[in-house]
Amino acid sequence: MVELISKLGGDTQDVDRHEAEAVNKAQNRSLYASRVAIHPKTVHGTFRRLKWILLVVLLGIYYVSPWLRWTRPGDAPDQAILIDLANRRFYFFFIEIWPQEFYYVAGLLIMAGVGLFLVTSLFGRAWCGYACPQTVWTDLYVWVESRIEGDRNARIKLDAAPWSLSKLSRRSAKLAIWLLIAVATGGFWVFYFADAPTLLRELVTGDATSTAYFTIAILTATTFTFAGFMREQVCTYMCPWPRIQGAMLDEDSLIVTYNAWRGEPRMAGRKKAEAQGQRLGDCVDCNACVAVCPMGIDIRDGNQLECINCALCIDACNAVMDKVGKPRGLINYTTARIYAENAAGQHGHWTWRRLLRPRTLIYFSLWAAVGLFMLFTLVHRSQLDVNVVPDRNPLFVTLSDGAVRNGYTVKILNKRQEERVFRLGIEGLPGASMEMVGDSDTRARSFDITVPPDRLRAVKIYVTTGDPEVLEDDRRNFHFQLEELGAAGEPERARYDAIFHAPGEKE
Amino acid sequence: MVTKIEKDEISGTPTTGHEWDGIRELNTPLPRWWLYTFYGTVIWGLAYTIAYPAWPMLSSATPGILGWSSRAALEEQVTAARAAQQANLDKIAAMSVDDILKDPQLLAFAQAGGAAAFKVNCVQCHGSGAAGGVGYPNLNDDDWLWGGTPDALYTTLRNGIRYTANADTRDSQMPAFGADGILTPEQIDDVTNYTVSLSGGGADAARAKAGKAVFAENCASCHGEDGKGGRDFGAPNLTDGIWLYGGSLDQVKAQIVKPRLGVMPAWSHRLDDATIKELAVYVHSLGGGEAAEATTQ
Repeated sequence: MVELISKLGGDTQDVDRHEAEAVNKAQNRSLYASRVAIHPKTVHGTFRRLKWILLVVLLGIYYVSPWLRWTRPGDAPDQAILIDLANRRFYFFFIEIWPQEFYYVAGLLIMAGVGLFLVTSLFGRAWCGYACPQTVWTDLYVWVESRIEGDRNARIKLDAAPWSLSKLSRRSAKLAIWLLIAVATGGFWVFYFADAPTLLRELVTGDATSTAYFTIAILTATTFTFAGFMREQVCTYMCPWPRIQGAMLDEDSLIVTYNAWRGEPRMAGRKKAEAQGQRLGDCVDCNACVAVCPMGIDIRDGNQLECINCALCIDACNAVMDKVGKPRGLINYTTARIYAENAAGQHGHWTWRRLLRPRTLIYFSLWAAVGLFMLFTLVHRSQLDVNVVPDRNPLFVTLSDGAVRNGYTVKILNKRQEERVFRLGIEGLPGASMEMVGDSDTRARSFDITVPPDRLRAVKIYVTTGDPEVLEDDRRNFHFQLEELGAAGEPERARYDAIFHAPGEKE
Repeated sequence: MVTKIEKDEISGTPTTGHEWDGIRELNTPLPRWWLYTFYGTVIWGLAYTIAYPAWPMLSSATPGILGWSSRAALEEQVTAARAAQQANLDKIAAMSVDDILKDPQLLAFAQAGGAAAFKVNCVQCHGSGAAGGVGYPNLNDDDWLWGGTPDALYTTLRNGIRYTANADTRDSQMPAFGADGILTPEQIDDVTNYTVSLSGGGADAARAKAGKAVFAENCASCHGEDGKGGRDFGAPNLTDGIWLYGGSLDQVKAQIVKPRLGVMPAWSHRLDDATIKELAVYVHSLGGGEAAEATTQ
């Protein structure tokens, strides 16, 4: 049996030396290599605790949000967060977005992008290590694996062991729980697109649409594969964010760094060397940082693409430093500038003040500006929209009394959750009167139109005029005027420019 | 041609055995997952051709054991659509056009159905926007030869105009005043000017005055004393600006000399009653429909 742990000698007697090698070492690169299974060792510490808290919070938000209720008047759905594709609405608590207002989503995406830039400039690669769904779900899956199959060494042994009943039962149990989590993940995704309690009932009784089942199947498969088997390969090979990070990090970005100026030269068994008076670095070469790394890399090689900055190696090394009575922070979050200061002998350390620099301030202002702009437009959104579609065939009709008539379809959007009445009139067309199809046959200069809540109502309007001045022109500009009746505060108004067609001058 | 299969030292993969100018090619095997996926797609493809219509024969194709065809699928959809509409269609068949116009929900349905039927049956003569043309009435305006009330429209649609195969067809016979020699060319000129003057067109005042007498003798019986038309005869209103065959002096004269008498099919021979009612509703809703006459009871 391979001895995976040995004790280090001397004053480091109680420190385990792990048999762990980084998967991306330059020395063992070949043209093609299959994936080496990575079994990160369990670690305790500040950052591990932070990751657990974030995992619970983020997963909580994901799983709980579809179940939140928000009462809305009328027939509107009572789910707080809902993307109603069938009725073309997006609900977010008190906000309701129509398809014409989809640019709000674009605004949100811009804020997300700039927000990521901002977070990177402040805290480095924080997304990858703490918040990314890939990290969160892989963390959860690895935790399940460690509970069932044991910690790192036990899992390595199990991998190498021949198939037996115990191995089969452990593996099946683990895969079953993984599958359950995957189904729950896929399942909860579809709850954002339909009323959650109803859809859950339908899913269980088999009445849900095939789209729902299919979506759940796909997301189950992807969650299961990405978090269960592909893990670090997603970050290393699939995701563009690590490569963008390479361009975004600068000498002031916080990166998980091995302070080589302090740690080198590293040595494991140091009793003899110290007796000889050699000056040794603080690193005792226990390889704990490599053993706990979910990406399977050695942070002592420096900042690398595979390092997701999850800071578990910081926790591991701090624990070892505590054991050997050395100060913490051999691996810590630091910037390249501070590292250079330290390497040059000046004692640089990171302060919160360092967060305020031109880059972060500019990103923050941009992000805040976009956010405020969106908020402003959202608050001042008009709740009334009118569109007029003129009849094109025929352009005009000459009536028996010589008057000319044009047809228009007036579409009124009432974006409020209550029924509203609007008065439609025309202005700028002398001698004109309107007829509304569906209303009585009388001609009038204005009509009162009731629009149901949250709906579009289309009415056909005929505009007739016998005024000779209008009939001489083949086109004449006028406009439709819409005014809200019975409004509590300031009545909302809308206006739409239109053209009246007439025979025009006869030659 | 030397076929010498050697193993490449660096990668451990055998070569294909051929050599071109000293260049050899590695015979790396296809990945197992890819190969089996490929076999899977081949099997799927073959099974698909057995299940669905696939292989062309001389004048047909194999139908597939599932018996699916796009024609049958379409027919299913059309039948289903018609079945879904049957309730409304039955209601329409049972009601009068007047009543349909008063029911808002049925009105919307009938308008849509009428618009669809119009596009298939009527646009060839009356135009895509129902605006007609020379010799084809404009259904948008409020000038009707045979009446624009719902009932009148329905009757016209059912029985047609001058459609000889239908016993109840609307028929009007304007005499050929010129061709049959009923009036002299002088008289025709006079009455043409008078007619055009009725609607305010540019007419010769002297001739118009002379034509008034000719009109009273020959035209008033059908067109009315004041020229306002006679719906019973299908005689147009001559005092408005709407002319079926043109309102210029020459065009009116041509119509008096040898009148063109249009024919409209009797749709009861071709369409079912519900569709005809829908068409009546549609035409009435184009903007020029007249209110139903109050029953004198």
